[in-house]
Amino acid sequence: MAEKPKVAFYWCASCGGCEETVVDLAEAVLDVVAAVDIVFWPVALDFKRKDVEAMADGVILATFLNGAIRTTEQEEMAHLLRRKSKLLLAFGSCSHLGGIPGLANLFDRDSVLQCVYRESPSTVNESGALPCLHYKDDGHTVELPGFHQTVRTLSQVVDVDYYVPGCPPTPRILRTALLTLLSGELPPKGAVLAPDHALCEECPRKESKPESLSLSQFKRPHEVLIDEEKCLLAQGLLCMGPATRGGCEAPCIQGNMPCTGCSGPTSRVRDQGAKILSSLASLVEGKEDAEIDRTLATIPDPVGSFYRYSLPSSMLRRRNLVDESNCQTTHAR
Amino acid sequence: MPDAMPNLSQAQRPGVEQLPFEPRIVAFLCNWCTYLAADLAGTSRMKYAPNMRVVRVMCSGRVDPQFVLDAFAHGADGVLIGGCHPGDCHYQEGNYKALRRYRLLKRMLGQMGIAPERLRLEWISASEAERFRTVMNDMVEHVRALGPLHLTPAEEILAEEVTV
Repeated sequence: MAEKPKVAFYWCASCGGCEETVVDLAEAVLDVVAAVDIVFWPVALDFKRKDVEAMADGVILATFLNGAIRTTEQEEMAHLLRRKSKLLLAFGSCSHLGGIPGLANLFDRDSVLQCVYRESPSTVNESGALPCLHYKDDGHTVELPGFHQTVRTLSQVVDVDYYVPGCPPTPRILRTALLTLLSGELPPKGAVLAPDHALCEECPRKESKPESLSLSQFKRPHEVLIDEEKCLLAQGLLCMGPATRGGCEAPCIQGNMPCTGCSGPTSRVRDQGAKILSSLASLVEGKEDAEIDRTLATIPDPVGSFYRYSLPSSMLRRRNLVDESNCQTTHAR
Repeated sequence: MPDAMPNLSQAQRPGVEQLPFEPRIVAFLCNWCTYLAADLAGTSRMKYAPNMRVVRVMCSGRVDPQFVLDAFAHGADGVLIGGCHPGDCHYQEGNYKALRRYRLLKRMLGQMGIAPERLRLEWISASEAERFRTVMNDMVEHVRALGPLHLTPAEEILAEEVTV
């Protein structure tokens, strides 16, 4: 019997939701197992790093790597799996765009460590210990991975062949991606394995999206009783649909919640946050600064809303480390 | 993702003589008003700060916020958007769209640790060459006072040191 193609799954800075997608394949997971050999999957199978190191280079057909890259260990694993795999796929928002962990790029390394290990209300750390690379105790040295200043996407660390979008990718998107790889008819390198249209195109509420919109207030989901039929933007909710890639079949919209943008932009857009800013701001009513600002003030956290999943892959990548926010703005506007 | 443009950042490089800081200003000027004002300032032989790199666009409403972020990411110290006065837009509403985007973009720049003053929107009509000169000189002085925009260059983020 011919050897089955080998597949690996790995996780870096992520929550584990992407692993859940594999499980959510449900019965289809049996087809996957029948078609491939899973040679590495720390969340479910007992293979170790040394098993991967022992493999010949390029022996794995495809590695699905989820999670952003924050630590030196994650970086090493990304390089190792890149070497061992013919195809490396960035699986899920964190790996594709930086994801929720990427929002830490609004802070520097020291404030992240201070907050997590000393200041957060649930932390008990009387000695004020912080993680360090080498720790000596009782004649033994313990080593921890280094913690980078900036969260990076997978493609900012190693060469990536394909991207599977979503937080997490839907089982259908994963299944399609797997079938595409196994079919041998590979899409062009660098492709995002999902349709290349905005979510609005496939939104079940598309018909109720008005020709033109003029908004005097953006509402957050808890502030309003949401109509289950009508376009969410038309109800004043901040919906990322216009600037987000479709293919997920709009599960959030079907759950009566606005799109938060996890699938990233379409191929025509480089910076998802800038694009939704452009789209939403142009819907604001008013022609005077004060009136416009009043409406825009109802978006309390522009970066957190527009770049929820994509800050590390954005044009600016991270908050400026030389903080200028206290600079005097003497110019009136 | 490879960047198409070279990085213009004025980061200190060893062995290169450091010239005094000259702000780099990228100016997106609308074809119908502000670009013509710049043109008139030129043909009138007006003298003003030479720090501007002009990009002519058909309308200030065409200025995608991506253009502004890309300019900052590639080493601009300031970005000016120039459009027609309210009510005078060649396309009726384009300058109002620019204004709304600008108000939000400025807030977002603050969140990203970039002084909002580095971005400026001005209405300058085709006949206001004098005003164009004043705005340019004023903006250059403001940005000069702020100093260079020292964003961490992409290549430094991508090949980063590690310490804890």
